[in-house]
Amino acid sequence: MEQKMRRVVIPSQCLGDAGPFKAGRGTFTEAGKIYSEHLGILNQEGDVLQVIPLKGRYNPIPGDFVIGIVLEAMQSSWLIDINAPYPAVLHVNEAPWEVEFGDTARYLNTGDSVLAKVLSVDESKKLQVTLNDRNLYKIKGGNILEVDPSIVPRIIGKKGSMIANIKKYSRCRIFVGQNGRIWIDGPVDGIDLVLLAINKIESEAISYGLTDRVEELLKQHAKDVR
Amino acid sequence: MKPEKLIVDGRRLDGRGPNDLRKIKIEAGVLHRADGSCYLEWGGNKVFAAVYGPREAVPRHTQNPLRAIVKARYNMAAFSVEDRKRPGPDRRSVEISKVISEALERVILTEQFPRASVDVCIEVLDAEAGTRCAGLTAAAVALVDAGIPMRDIPVACAAGKIDGQVVVDLGKEEDNYGQADLPIAIAPRTGEVLLMQMDGHLTVEEFNKAFDMAVESCGKVSEIQKKAILQRYHAVDEVIE
Repeated sequence: MEQKMRRVVIPSQCLGDAGPFKAGRGTFTEAGKIYSEHLGILNQEGDVLQVIPLKGRYNPIPGDFVIGIVLEAMQSSWLIDINAPYPAVLHVNEAPWEVEFGDTARYLNTGDSVLAKVLSVDESKKLQVTLNDRNLYKIKGGNILEVDPSIVPRIIGKKGSMIANIKKYSRCRIFVGQNGRIWIDGPVDGIDLVLLAINKIESEAISYGLTDRVEELLKQHAKDVR
Repeated sequence: MKPEKLIVDGRRLDGRGPNDLRKIKIEAGVLHRADGSCYLEWGGNKVFAAVYGPREAVPRHTQNPLRAIVKARYNMAAFSVEDRKRPGPDRRSVEISKVISEALERVILTEQFPRASVDVCIEVLDAEAGTRCAGLTAAAVALVDAGIPMRDIPVACAAGKIDGQVVVDLGKEEDNYGQADLPIAIAPRTGEVLLMQMDGHLTVEEFNKAFDMAVESCGKVSEIQKKAILQRYHAVDEVIE
């Protein structure tokens, strides 16, 4: 595989022999061959072939920072939608407040948003999230934008270069959750600029040299830069 | 109104040969709110398929703690046939929903999503024979578009017997006045049969011939499916080059 091309593969497409290659994430092996299991981009690291999905639900991994929306306040916990196949549980012990039994709705209610961390994922995919970490809080104000979780690494860029650029030109506060939810707060024209940049990233997610093109776009449209 | 003959000089009513398919057009990712979607035109059939999920299965008792369940819903619009069809599920559409669910369940890697359900909605806007094949083919593209992990991309096509001759992909008159109809769905990579139904009578030899012809046609449809999926990302392909 050449370096310059990102190859789009579809499910059941044969990627190679199981002998010289190892089957990584997003692939399965059958009769000595490696096949892709979903629509994605083929990625080779050493002899490991893996397929990075282009679309699909967020696959929660413990330690990920996500933006969740409260579905329900229960007696001693909340149900949080983190865009995964299953709702996640936020127990009162994992919240930074002293919550009395049955008094959960006073702190977080249906429709509120939180910046949370995935605490655990068990084998039956029961999810737990926590608010007990640095910089985790209930979100007040701003806007939440949803993108496909697979393009989150593109939005952040190498060592955060892309998101740093967007923040610099738009003068917005931005947080990108691993689950594809992006929280933006700032002046209206700044938010417009962020949306413009993210739309460009979304439509050209699988091409190279995106950071430079987005920076150019931001330069064109930005009014003043700090 | 029954036509006198369904095959004249080796040509069928719409001018096709026995091995020719009707015109097929597939477009992926057409619905904004669905996780994955597909619009398919197969001759006079017009079908939308939408996929939602994987998401937590409701009601709770339908959940399987080890794997996801697949809920396909096949529905015909009231205006899809010549006489108005009474809306809502009837015996026929409940059956088709069931067989399509089971066909799709076989190719989806359901064990990755315990307790979840994958919901597939198949809406037939215009019907002209072979809607279950069209529906399943569209559903498969919609599943890929939704990023759902799959072993294979299922594909369906029918064969049948008209005027004593075995032909592939029956049209409306051929279906109504023909002698047999054999819709099948296969997993093209392995050749595994996912769905097979038969209406009418075929001898063993005719059945074998019809089966082989249908499998061969499935291969052709499969190519169109794959092209449609890649087409969606074609614009970005060009940017790279």
